Amino acid sequence: MANDGSGSDIVRADSSHGADASPGTAVIAADAFENPGLPPHRERVTDLDPKADRRHERVVSLLFYLSIVFSVAAIAAYFAIPIVENDPWSVRLNTLFLGLSIAGALLSIGVGTVHWGKALMDNAERVEMRHQTRGTEETRARSVEIFQEADKESGFSRRSLLRNSLIGALVAAPLPAIFLFRDLAPRDNDPAAMLAHTAWKEGVRLARDPSGTPIRAADVTLGSVFHVIPEGLEESEHYLEEKAKAAVLLMRLKPEDLNVSPGRETWNYDGIVAYSKICTHVGCPVALYEQQTHHLLCPCHQSQFDIKQEAAVIFGPAKRPLPQLPISVDSEGYLVAQSDFHEPVGPSYWERRGDYDV
Amino acid sequence: MTTTSDTRNDLRTPPRTQQRGVVGAVSNYVDERTSISGFIKLMARKVFPDHWSFMLGEVALWCFVIILLSGTFLTFFFQASMAEVEYDGSYVPLKGLEMSAAMASTLDISFDVRGGLLMRQIHHWAALLFIATIMLHMARVFFTGAFRKPRELNWVIGFLLWILAMGEGFTGYSLPDDLLSGNGLRIIDGLIKGIPVVGTWTSYLLFGGEFPGTQIIGRLYTLHILLLPAVIVALIGLHMVFLIVHKHTQFAGPGKTNDNVVGYPILPVYGAKMAGTFFLVFGVIVAIAGLFTINPIWNYGPYDPSPVSAGTQPDWYIGFADGALRLVPPGWEFVLFDTYTVSMNILAPIIAITLWIVAVMFYPFIEGWITGDKREHHLADRPRNVPTRTALGAAGIVYYGAMFVAASSDLIATHFQMSMENVIWALQFVFIVGPFIAYFITKRICIALQKKDREMALHGYESGRIVRLPGGEFVEVHQPLDEYERWRLVSFNDYKPLMIRPNARGQISPFERVRAVLSRWFFEDRIAPVTRGELEASHGAHGHREGANEPDLHQSELATAGQGVGAPPHTKP
Ligand code: HEM
Ligand code: FES
Repeated sequence: MANDGSGSDIVRADSSHGADASPGTAVIAADAFENPGLPPHRERVTDLDPKADRRHERVVSLLFYLSIVFSVAAIAAYFAIPIVENDPWSVRLNTLFLGLSIAGALLSIGVGTVHWGKALMDNAERVEMRHQTRGTEETRARSVEIFQEADKESGFSRRSLLRNSLIGALVAAPLPAIFLFRDLAPRDNDPAAMLAHTAWKEGVRLARDPSGTPIRAADVTLGSVFHVIPEGLEESEHYLEEKAKAAVLLMRLKPEDLNVSPGRETWNYDGIVAYSKICTHVGCPVALYEQQTHHLLCPCHQSQFDIKQEAAVIFGPAKRPLPQLPISVDSEGYLVAQSDFHEPVGPSYWERRGDYDV
Repeated sequence: MTTTSDTRNDLRTPPRTQQRGVVGAVSNYVDERTSISGFIKLMARKVFPDHWSFMLGEVALWCFVIILLSGTFLTFFFQASMAEVEYDGSYVPLKGLEMSAAMASTLDISFDVRGGLLMRQIHHWAALLFIATIMLHMARVFFTGAFRKPRELNWVIGFLLWILAMGEGFTGYSLPDDLLSGNGLRIIDGLIKGIPVVGTWTSYLLFGGEFPGTQIIGRLYTLHILLLPAVIVALIGLHMVFLIVHKHTQFAGPGKTNDNVVGYPILPVYGAKMAGTFFLVFGVIVAIAGLFTINPIWNYGPYDPSPVSAGTQPDWYIGFADGALRLVPPGWEFVLFDTYTVSMNILAPIIAITLWIVAVMFYPFIEGWITGDKREHHLADRPRNVPTRTALGAAGIVYYGAMFVAASSDLIATHFQMSMENVIWALQFVFIVGPFIAYFITKRICIALQKKDREMALHGYESGRIVRLPGGEFVEVHQPLDEYERWRLVSFNDYKPLMIRPNARGQISPFERVRAVLSRWFFEDRIAPVTRGELEASHGAHGHREGANEPDLHQSELATAGQGVGAPPHTKP
């Protein structure tokens, strides 16, 4: 890019590297300053004064000896401060003394070595020339030639039938590996179908989490909140998996505070409502209940659900209300589920239908 | 060193250089079997330039070594199994509780292995520092333009290392199978399920059944101690090979050119400092690990899908992803054909993060295309001298930063007594508008700094000495710069915006038009380096009162892009 005709005197930017590479739109004024070269080397105290040199040497060797002392101290701490059962303090002390002595040993070596390098080693700056990253023209020409020779000797281009069938074989060879991953999860199950059901069934009692004792309607006072699991869940083969779907929050509001939509009139029992505890965003437990406002808050991304509005989302990234569990009481006065949830609980997934009758 | 000729060999063998004594014998033994002398000759005196910011990548490397050492110790005690066991260790509050073997063994490492807690904390603190230094290192490379040709590929490798390190961090964080890490996995499960078409099955296969299943810890363990470390080690190796092939960049300065490296040889000075740095980093991490608790899983308890407490947070480097999820406004989910659920509240954050990642990863190629500069660049830019890039970097940091801060939205709300809604709205504003504001402010600051440099190069430092001129006016004496100081201020690349010219057939391709627009945007506001002519002119103008300041700023004109094609690209003062 010499003179671009705009009138200003522009010369090629100076670089011997890829001198033929385009500098793009870089400009260098013809009367740019020139590099003044390395400034004169400055001597350090340790270069000029042998006493200072000796002093620094002593400091460094002292640091190295200190490091040995620290290492020994670390071993001593290991034995001197044992961990005692039921005494978290002993763990703290063990960690602290072991940590500080090892740190002391390492830091002494570090400081000593760096100081040696800075104050005592020859500190003359050196200059090394760079070379262009691309190979020389001869090297490049030779490597092209090598490929051509290899091609000729192997017939890779010429014998296209051989080549193409080999490429085909190489593409097909890894395919079985993909199928081998299928058994990462059990066969004969459809995850989408599994997600649609929980451990709740008609007549299953609502029990306290984690004790598992069933809850009477009379226990649920106004303003209280219960963390609930299905009774007998402990016996389940897949306890955590079931719990991750079946966890429920139970609250009692004044019946007139509930805005019940058509079809759900019988889902609450005298103001006692049960909602899935699993956030419809990405599945955290929606564990925080504000008693005054009857809002549920998910601690993960702050989605808020209004229990007065059938757990509709009032803020945050979640879209769908928390599914409601229809409940009633059995003959002994315990709260029971009328059925499973009427829609899948928890995070959205692709196969989740939009037509659940809620 | 003495030369002896080995009498047992015949005369065709040339005399050999040999060192006496044990060292000589050992080196001879090794060299005759490995040719290592050639390697030493090639490497050991390689020169490395020195600057504090060049240490960041090195610290990251040492952190990784410390992670390897401490992690290997942990593997001897950790059991990556989700089998139910009854905890029977020394930590009494959890005694008798059902938990996974992974959680129980992590508790044992903490409470029944002397120094085990220290090792866990070394491992965890080193991980936190590892990712922090990777990001600082990345910022250094970005803002100094050290990613330009020939280093673009090494930028991509480094960037992949950052992603992999986050993967290592997340998989490691999940291993103890405590309440918090399980909750993190729950979020990952929800995210995966939100991916259209394949999400449900991906989650099912990953967890080996329904969440949480009994497989995931073992699988993450394989990733954490085998697959990811292997890939990371390989990429670090490649990163270093490229570093040696390219040699390190250096800042422009007297005696430093694009064709040389000025600094200290690996043996001994640079090597001593590097080794020292390793011990310093190691020492600092061990001290922190001895003093400060990290990830007290015994307070959280084993994983259970039901309980969770407010104010819990992931490790800091995952924060931006968590924050991105929080920034989504309500209601971003819809149902397709009454059958398929499309979770934009999950996809939108994933897209926002992916855009950022792609933009950063490919930035070197984008800038290279805009500038059209195909030369090799070994001199690091001062950030102010490339205002547009620096401003873009600032915008990127604000974009990332808004997501990062959003991960603490609840803490901000309680701490500043704001409503959750207001905090999120404010952060949504910062996320969208903030990058533009950061861009403009940073660009102005860069240009102001460049103007100041120009002033200084022309008129010298403000010495602080005020003198009264014969005419009665007071002026501050300016101390002229010596040539070394001046060189630092004037040695930078100057570019003019690209002018589009028709090709041989008299056409202008749309491709070139886009490029010209981008080039104009990239270079329109620029300050050209001072030239000798300008310095002479400025001295000539007030030569008789050398050093005194004339408050004229005409030299620091803003060279503005030509108003349209063909206009003079570069207005010279
Ligand atoms: C970039 C690399 C790595 C990062 C960022 C990383 C990070 C982590 C983190 C944050 C934890 C949780 C520790 C806790 O608080 O309990 C962890 C656990 C663990 N890591 Fe790593 N790690 C890395 C590499 C390795 C390697 C290479 C090994 C083995 C050679 C390893 C072995 C382990 C083991 C056994 C655990 C579980 C023990 C425990 O949780 O106490 N890590 N890792
Ligand atoms: S999981 Fe509840 S808001 Fe994200």
